[in-house]
Amino acid sequence: MGAYVLRRLLGAIPLLLGVATLIFFILNLAPGDPASLYLNPNIPADVLAQLRTNLGLDQPVYIRYLKWMVAFFTGDWGYSFAHSRPVADILLEALPNTLMLTGVALVLVFFFGVIIGVYQAVRQHTVTDGALSVASLFFYSMPSFWLALMLMLVFALKAHEWGWPIALPPTGITSVDYDFMSAGEQLRDRLAHLVLPVATLTLALAAGVARYTRGQMLEVVRQDYIRTARAKGLSGRTVIMKHGLRNSLIPVITLLGLYIPFLFSGAVFVEMIFAWPGMGRVIVEAIFQRDYPLVMATSFLFAVMVVIGNLLADVLYAVADPRIRYD
Amino acid sequence: MTERPEASGLARARGGRREEASGLARALTLVLPGAGHMAAGAAVRGGWLLFGWLTLVALAVVARGRIAATFSGGTMEDWVALATLVAMLVLVWVWALRDLLAMGRPADDRGDSQWSIASRRLRGNGLAMTGLGLVVVFYLIALLAPFLAPYDPIAQQDIATTGYLPPGADYWLGTDQFGRDVLSRILYGARISLAIGFVATAISVTLGTLLGALAGYFGGKVDTAVMRFTDMVLAFPRLVLLILIVALFSPGIAVIILVLGLTQWPGTTRIVRGDVLSLREREFVQAARALGLGRARIILRHIVPNVLAPVIVTATLGIGNTIVLEAGLSFLGLGIQAPTPSWGNMVAAGRDNLLGAWWVTTFPGLVIVLVVLAFNLVGDGLRDALDPRLRS
Repeated sequence: MGAYVLRRLLGAIPLLLGVATLIFFILNLAPGDPASLYLNPNIPADVLAQLRTNLGLDQPVYIRYLKWMVAFFTGDWGYSFAHSRPVADILLEALPNTLMLTGVALVLVFFFGVIIGVYQAVRQHTVTDGALSVASLFFYSMPSFWLALMLMLVFALKAHEWGWPIALPPTGITSVDYDFMSAGEQLRDRLAHLVLPVATLTLALAAGVARYTRGQMLEVVRQDYIRTARAKGLSGRTVIMKHGLRNSLIPVITLLGLYIPFLFSGAVFVEMIFAWPGMGRVIVEAIFQRDYPLVMATSFLFAVMVVIGNLLADVLYAVADPRIRYD
Repeated sequence: MTERPEASGLARARGGRREEASGLARALTLVLPGAGHMAAGAAVRGGWLLFGWLTLVALAVVARGRIAATFSGGTMEDWVALATLVAMLVLVWVWALRDLLAMGRPADDRGDSQWSIASRRLRGNGLAMTGLGLVVVFYLIALLAPFLAPYDPIAQQDIATTGYLPPGADYWLGTDQFGRDVLSRILYGARISLAIGFVATAISVTLGTLLGALAGYFGGKVDTAVMRFTDMVLAFPRLVLLILIVALFSPGIAVIILVLGLTQWPGTTRIVRGDVLSLREREFVQAARALGLGRARIILRHIVPNVLAPVIVTATLGIGNTIVLEAGLSFLGLGIQAPTPSWGNMVAAGRDNLLGAWWVTTFPGLVIVLVVLAFNLVGDGLRDALDPRLRS
């Protein structure tokens, strides 16, 4: 197993180098450059030229590519043009917020997805199964940005207007008066701000997991060993939980790796809408401001997280299924 | 007339032969498609035909002013809508007549192909047929938008009196900030979403199938190169890539279609490659090789047709996905630019006054859900019908 993980990590290096190269050339092939941000009639041409020199934009593309690569992989991620701060500082602030949001969502997605899927499979062909199938297809088809706005409209804005006992905060990660709260209140405040963003991601993605789990479970229930387990007199619960669930969960684990890019894509919208100061917001704003160093570092970090997620899913797969050996 | 026993057996399997329609029924159908079916006892099919015919005629009557205006200086889209309307009327009429005349004839006793079996399975799937019906209706709406929309989708009215009107008798789904009718904008917006979904998916599926077939058939270095590149594209949250490219190369419909098409192929490539790996060892491919056929011919004529079933399923599900992504780009201001309506930029426009005018955001989003749901239903049905292996 150790050798396998090591080999996968080594294999990820050319992949990540490729991703970094791809981003660099997309950025540099695009018309316009960061200096055009300062373009206005009041700035004389020579100042603009000086600005280009300072930003290193007057050098040929391949020199800039090599310089960037060397600096990037020696830990110097450069300065953000728009924020005038080191890129590493900005990302260190944003990363925990995104990890908290997507981490909580990922756990809930698989928890609810599996429970609903198994429940449907056990109650196949009942009204509940049909209703849950339609409901999950409905959420599966929903754009996450619209779902986010609808949740915000009902559970934050309208709830406030109608005076519901629980009106959730519509945006942000903490309240304005966060610093003046006691520790307990601070925790409550953070949780309240987490509910709507996490709910958006969970509803949209759990539907897919439920659909997949249901299919796998129905497949497993048809197998001979399930019939054997029933024949030797085990209770229905034991058959489902010990024999059925364990075997149907194995392929569900592969979904974990596949879902991580979707989770980050969803997080981009959720962070934009709920004003959540995470990486999705950072990258969208950086793209609009043509903040090259920040765009490159953030998208590279996204790719790293996807690769790690895939590796984690493959390792989990081997742990869950003793038949799989990576040697 | 004697029938071969297996032929009548087939006819029974297909729901039995219906009685020949009477002369009266045939004459009725000439005037009112569907009525003949009802007279001949096929009430359900007749009802649908009649409903379709009457809806089209009613639309022509209601929109007669707009149709007349088309002849005296209509725009391109007016002419498209008129052509669609006429084509649909002719289609329903001809189909009703042909179907009626086919009653009583012995069922076709040719053997079943993979596709006719699949189409029979699909027709038996109620949910999938509902989805298909919805998809057809949405495409018709997109084409007929100029005759259906009660108001101009772009012209701004007097903002003071018609801005942010709630849904009511005059404006069924309310008006937006500039007093534009939300319903009309949704109807016109259908064209953008459906066209982009279709064209972008066509590009990605073609590219994905070809790359997958090449990787699978040639193996070795070609395979490694294609699959490593696929991994690279997959290792990247697609939305971020889309935003990056569209933002840098100024948004426009051509850029959006290209970018959506050029980033969606990895899924298709993986599936096709896997299938081709096993297909290339099969006897018929060896036979083709032994006959001395060229590689291009073997791949395009012998291998690709055999992987079409999963490709069609991925494509159908991909259209839904593409529509959501396009809406997402429009939502971020990177898609179709105002004032041209698209469902994504309508949802975004309502964001400014979400509490005060919920209808501006809610209805376009609901339509997106409905369309994507329809495509997913069809895709699920196609998967069950074409390739039971793919069922998840």
